[in-house]
Amino acid sequence: MQSETKSHVDQLTSPAGHAVTVLRFEGDIASTSKEAVLGTYQALSKATNKIILLDFTKVDYINSSGIALVIQLLIEASNSGQKVYAYGLSAHFIKVFTMVGITKYAGLFPDQAAALAAL
Amino acid sequence: MSEIKTTNVEVRLPSRMGFEKVAMSTAASVAKLMGFREDRVEDLKTAVAEACINAIEHGNRLNEKLSVGVVLSAGEDSLEVKVIDDGKGMKRQPAKPDIDRKMHGEEDPRGMGMFLIQALVDEAEWVAGADGKSSYVRLVIRLDKEQG
Repeated sequence: MQSETKSHVDQLTSPAGHAVTVLRFEGDIASTSKEAVLGTYQALSKATNKIILLDFTKVDYINSSGIALVIQLLIEASNSGQKVYAYGLSAHFIKVFTMVGITKYAGLFPDQAAALAAL
Repeated sequence: MSEIKTTNVEVRLPSRMGFEKVAMSTAASVAKLMGFREDRVEDLKTAVAEACINAIEHGNRLNEKLSVGVVLSAGEDSLEVKVIDDGKGMKRQPAKPDIDRKMHGEEDPRGMGMFLIQALVDEAEWVAGADGKSSYVRLVIRLDKEQG
């Protein structure tokens, strides 16, 4: 019933010359998304992927289990010295991420261009 | 005293994760018909989804022989949603999640559903069934005067 979460990774360079690893998600982010969210992140080298950008542009449903997966990703990234940012969230999910405190540990941007410009 | 007209819509969901989206879509449709602003519809969708997830996962313990009842009562200036399961009900009120404690492994990364419900609607109460069953969460979202 829940739509499968798809994810893929792109390697970009910010205008400032920093390597940025973009995790692009598509579908629902829910309890069934562990492999797509954490699995995709954990397959990346923590030594070489220092800036992680989460792309939620093609995600339209995130529930509390999905938010918990994002927090687990943030915990691992924090422990590995990686910085995490996100973009593409709707106004509603920006509000939800702010309510639960995620914005304290992951900067949010409206789109990829704004995120890259700031990194 | 004038009579307040209420329109009821009922949905019955199987206790299977993912079906909360059926209740979410139904609640959104009713709220849009009532004239709620888009941002309030989004608040309601998340609150209803989380209430149904709690009912499926904790109330009915994913037992597909049990169903979750969702009753939407549209009044003149508010929408009430009851999500009913066969559990014993919530004994505690939702705590605000502490992101710092979560980040330091001192608090489970999960457990934000009840907080979100309470934060996103105008009223939320958890009622335990008298016989230890048929517990429900009751949500109310009010139509602001300026948007009616």
